[in-house]
Amino acid sequence: MGLMLALKSRASLGSMPNAKSSAGLIPPWTGREGCWDPFSPGEGLLVTSDGVTLVDFGVENPKGDGIKSKGADDIVYSRVRVTWTNGPASTNGAYGLYPVESTGVLIDGCEVSGASDAGIYVGQSSRITVRNSLASYNVAGIEIENSRKAIVERNYVTGNTGGILVFDLPGLPVKNGGEVLVRNNLVANNTTANFAPEGNIVASVRRGTGIMVMANDTVWVGRNMLYDNPTAPIMVIAYPLAFDDPEYNPYPREISVDWNIVDEGGTDPQFEGAEQLLAAFGGALPPVMWDGLEDPEMTTLMVHPDLAGWSVNLPKQGAGIEAARPGLLEAPAIGQPISIEGWGAPEALEARLP
Amino acid sequence: MRTPALLLACAALVLGASIGANATAPMIDKDAIITGTALPKTLSEYGFFRDPAAQVPDAGVTPYRLNMPLFSDGAEKLRFVYVPDGAEVGIGDQTLLDFPVGSALIKTFAFGEGADRRLIETRVLLHRADGWLALPYVWNEAQTEATLALAGTRVPVTTPYGEQINYRVPNKNQCKECHGLQGAVTPIGPKARNLSAEWLQAFLGSVPEGADTMPRWEDRASADATGAARAYLDVNCAHCHRPAATASNSGLDLRWETDDPYSIGVAKRPVAAGRGSGGLEFDIVPGDPEASILVYRMASAEPGVAMPELGKATVHEEGLALVERWIAGMPTP
Repeated sequence: MGLMLALKSRASLGSMPNAKSSAGLIPPWTGREGCWDPFSPGEGLLVTSDGVTLVDFGVENPKGDGIKSKGADDIVYSRVRVTWTNGPASTNGAYGLYPVESTGVLIDGCEVSGASDAGIYVGQSSRITVRNSLASYNVAGIEIENSRKAIVERNYVTGNTGGILVFDLPGLPVKNGGEVLVRNNLVANNTTANFAPEGNIVASVRRGTGIMVMANDTVWVGRNMLYDNPTAPIMVIAYPLAFDDPEYNPYPREISVDWNIVDEGGTDPQFEGAEQLLAAFGGALPPVMWDGLEDPEMTTLMVHPDLAGWSVNLPKQGAGIEAARPGLLEAPAIGQPISIEGWGAPEALEARLP
Repeated sequence: MRTPALLLACAALVLGASIGANATAPMIDKDAIITGTALPKTLSEYGFFRDPAAQVPDAGVTPYRLNMPLFSDGAEKLRFVYVPDGAEVGIGDQTLLDFPVGSALIKTFAFGEGADRRLIETRVLLHRADGWLALPYVWNEAQTEATLALAGTRVPVTTPYGEQINYRVPNKNQCKECHGLQGAVTPIGPKARNLSAEWLQAFLGSVPEGADTMPRWEDRASADATGAARAYLDVNCAHCHRPAATASNSGLDLRWETDDPYSIGVAKRPVAAGRGSGGLEFDIVPGDPEASILVYRMASAEPGVAMPELGKATVHEEGLALVERWIAGMPTP
């Protein structure tokens, strides 16, 4: 990596290259010519200590990921920007902001553009808030993966291949993602052709996806505005690939799609047989798409009665779209409110915002 | 478990005698410096070497080699260990020698053969009361002294393969990328399984169980393909690719003792590889090295794709060949 921070607890960092931490530590690049090593491997900046605050700086064109924080609990990213200035390209780094294996993550007022995987990616973590941020022209705008107790709110997510993804994948050290709240986001015009390198899970995301939930339990999607996400404004599906992980549940469970402002829906779906589908549904697929797969023991999907949906009706997990028997979605209406107590970044992190 | 001091002191005396009158015997209290709180500015302050430029160790500083070494752009590595007189060395997890507080591991990186040999850096790991501390020292042009370089540096070198590279001396924090485990700094190399029985017998006075099981690098052609490749991957990759270390989130566990095929990458999809996937689906495809991401990334020197991330500016062709041979010979499902 280019720079690696191992600041003492409660240190903070910002305004490169003259930043000093409040703990009196001098960041390693201070006094060195420039502040960026264009040949750095891995990521632009790596944080490995707890209690770090990152504020008011930008990273441009890192070779790998932008800013990674690993096993760094109670981290704040505030007004930080990561940009690949050449625009979307498969040669760009994978993640812009990349907190992983952490408890307590607050991302506020950040911007990421051009990531060849996810702009803002939070993985294998818990107690997460991503808010007031701009994710544009990435493959995935914001992705919450194998994580719990996350709130994604008041973000502007535009120009990506897929807007906001909530994924749970098999075979990772931290499993069983869920308890994710996606509310009050503007998710618009996510129509950029997928530019992720093959082999990565996001390479399978269809251009024109708004908010997508794959596997997970207890996800609540409400009060978002979704415009021009022409494959599916809201998509809820099972993990589609073969897996060998006895602890993994590939199905979405307890997914609530509450009231959202949505346009006419899937006007240009990137599926085989799109023309027939469009014809069958009268020119646009209804806004909520479900693959039709579920854990028979669980409630899969509950939808606000004002929102229409359709089901691909796949016969079994792992089946291809050619086996589809599409039909209108018949999901139960959303039920009791859910408690979000203990979701989102710990309250104490707020005090460290500038 | 050990009392090697006498034997090694004798060895050092012989060495000392052989290099003649120019050598000045360092009268330095190593224990005080290793266990102190200061960060010595120069390598000579430790007194580890009787003749630093020739890398002749002082009494009590024991040279060792590993069966399977870590590749660092083809650098020659000179390894030494210092243990305080009378202290016990135990055996820990993965047969890692458990050096007591007051011990030091010293590793010098050099390029060039014979008279052209140039020392580039010496890294020391000091076992202090509050844990291990990693410090990098960079040698001067005159090869008379190495100076602490907390921020690391770059040194132009020619590798044994004739490549001109900008060799990276890591900064102090980067040491943790490889030497970090569960948030603490730890030695990696001196594991009994990767040390010769002969050396262990001399150093410890006995040969621990599981010692000397990794094949020697120079025997790789005749060694079992699985053993050679797995030893190579353990030494070169598993300090990050294991639980509780830098790349734990990838789920890839390349430790020598890991036997679950998925954990070592068979039919495992990438997690956060980005363009490091090279458009390939799985870390290892049995029988098909070219379709394996592991091979793709080892064969790259491009930042963001290349593995390992640190300490590698060139592709290790011989190491790559070991891994390719192993994958090619894997039974296909």
